[in-house]
Amino acid sequence: MFSFCTDPSTLPDWQWMACYLTTGKHMSIYWSVLTVFLLLAITAPTALAFGFAGASAARSRIAPVSWLGRGYIAIVRGVPDIAFFLFFVIALDQAIEYLRHRALCPDWTEPVRQGNDFVVCAAAKMPLGNAPQWIHETYGFGLAVLTFAIVFGAFAANVLFGAMRAVPKAQLETAEAYGMTPRQTFWRVMVPQMWVFALPGLSNLWMVLIKATPLLFLLGVEDIVYWARELGGTKTSRFTEYPHGDWRMWYFLALLIFYLMFTRASEIVLDRLMVRLTRGQATTGGEAQRKAAV
Amino acid sequence: MKSILFSTAAVAMTATFALADGHSVVRMGTEGAYPPYNFINDAGEVDGFERELGDELCARAELTCEWVTNEWDSIIPNLVSGNYDTIIAGMSITDERDEVIDFTQNYTLPDPSAYVAMSADVDLEGGVLAAQANTIQAAFIAETGATLVEFATPEETIAAVKNGEADAVLADKAFLTPIADEDADLMMLDKEELIGGGIGLGLRESDTELKEKFDAAITSMKEDGSLNALIAKWEIGDGF
Repeated sequence: MFSFCTDPSTLPDWQWMACYLTTGKHMSIYWSVLTVFLLLAITAPTALAFGFAGASAARSRIAPVSWLGRGYIAIVRGVPDIAFFLFFVIALDQAIEYLRHRALCPDWTEPVRQGNDFVVCAAAKMPLGNAPQWIHETYGFGLAVLTFAIVFGAFAANVLFGAMRAVPKAQLETAEAYGMTPRQTFWRVMVPQMWVFALPGLSNLWMVLIKATPLLFLLGVEDIVYWARELGGTKTSRFTEYPHGDWRMWYFLALLIFYLMFTRASEIVLDRLMVRLTRGQATTGGEAQRKAAV
Repeated sequence: MKSILFSTAAVAMTATFALADGHSVVRMGTEGAYPPYNFINDAGEVDGFERELGDELCARAELTCEWVTNEWDSIIPNLVSGNYDTIIAGMSITDERDEVIDFTQNYTLPDPSAYVAMSADVDLEGGVLAAQANTIQAAFIAETGATLVEFATPEETIAAVKNGEADAVLADKAFLTPIADEDADLMMLDKEELIGGGIGLGLRESDTELKEKFDAAITSMKEDGSLNALIAKWEIGDGF
């Protein structure tokens, strides 16, 4: 990285450190920080959408739709995350490949399952075997986002389901008395008022989601915890220009600070959001705001 | 909206059709945490004995190869479900593994496994011994009277000896030698265990064509002595 990095063993400490922290290997951990942010940025709204759909379905007056929503909430909330991550992703991946196999290779006569092997024709591979590595990584990342969204969506659905029921009945009855259709009542009266009840539960979920990103490694995405362990491990001088002892403690300390700062920043933002959502609501918080303003 | 979805799907499918052509790229799966066999170098790339060997084998078999890292614990399941095409990760040929996957001929002689400990007088028969999970060493300790503690990565097995959780660690000698040389607290014991049948390339059982290609390439490297040169360079043990 820097011009003075040619022979690290002769460098003074601060220069050695500057060179050490900018090796190609360290760039991987910096990228993985961005991966984690990107995952959160995509997963959070997707999970919220899954949650909203799940909660709306669970409230539906059409029985099968309601069963579907309640079933989704109950099953996903009940299965341990790790089991879900290990089973669901491999099953989903193989299901996609199987469907592509049936569609793209109708002449294939050999069985898909040969002993332990799962064999589909080359054209059905997802992604293709000869695709560059970044496509494989993007595909893995996409599977990770979907799995996270399904898992956290179920919890969000439960929170939103409760929040919808917490909106005062009188509000909905008034809307009906004004001649609004059920659809209008839902979108114009219930949805705007439910967020204030949902936010405490949703903010908990967000905090858990931030800390759940090391589960990414189960899906083959190399996240910051993986790199901290790999970079912090003992390095002998035969295989690196920067030999050092077991530095995992320092790397994990850096991770600790990173996660604490991140969750603290989230708390501040969520508190502000709560104040904003409380404004004008028929809750004790809204009432207190009104009195303070007078 | 629907038509957009359909047309992108159609484009994706035709694009994949055009590209599909057998094993035009062979994905080489490795662990990247077991020097000198395989590790991630300072530049963040896979390096080591198996990197050089694999690149040479691919050149001789006229294959385009790409390197992928995967955690040791799930390295066989991911091969079997097709996420990559070979395992080249210091994996010893054993009967248990051979039931699930196929191996090429061995490209190293059986490397003796060695013990590293904090002192010379540890009890190897009844003490606590560390090994990486799902390795021949872990299976070997489980058969003896010693207590086995398993770890997911080789690094953690060394750390366990240093912090006193285990009395000694059992691993391939080529992996332990540089560590014992450089760490003043650790020493290699004289006792060695001859386990395993040498290291081979792991492949899916249904992938016989690829296995033949790699077997032929290994044979040619054994015959012209280039394999022995690589083994000597990375200090993997005795040559053929």
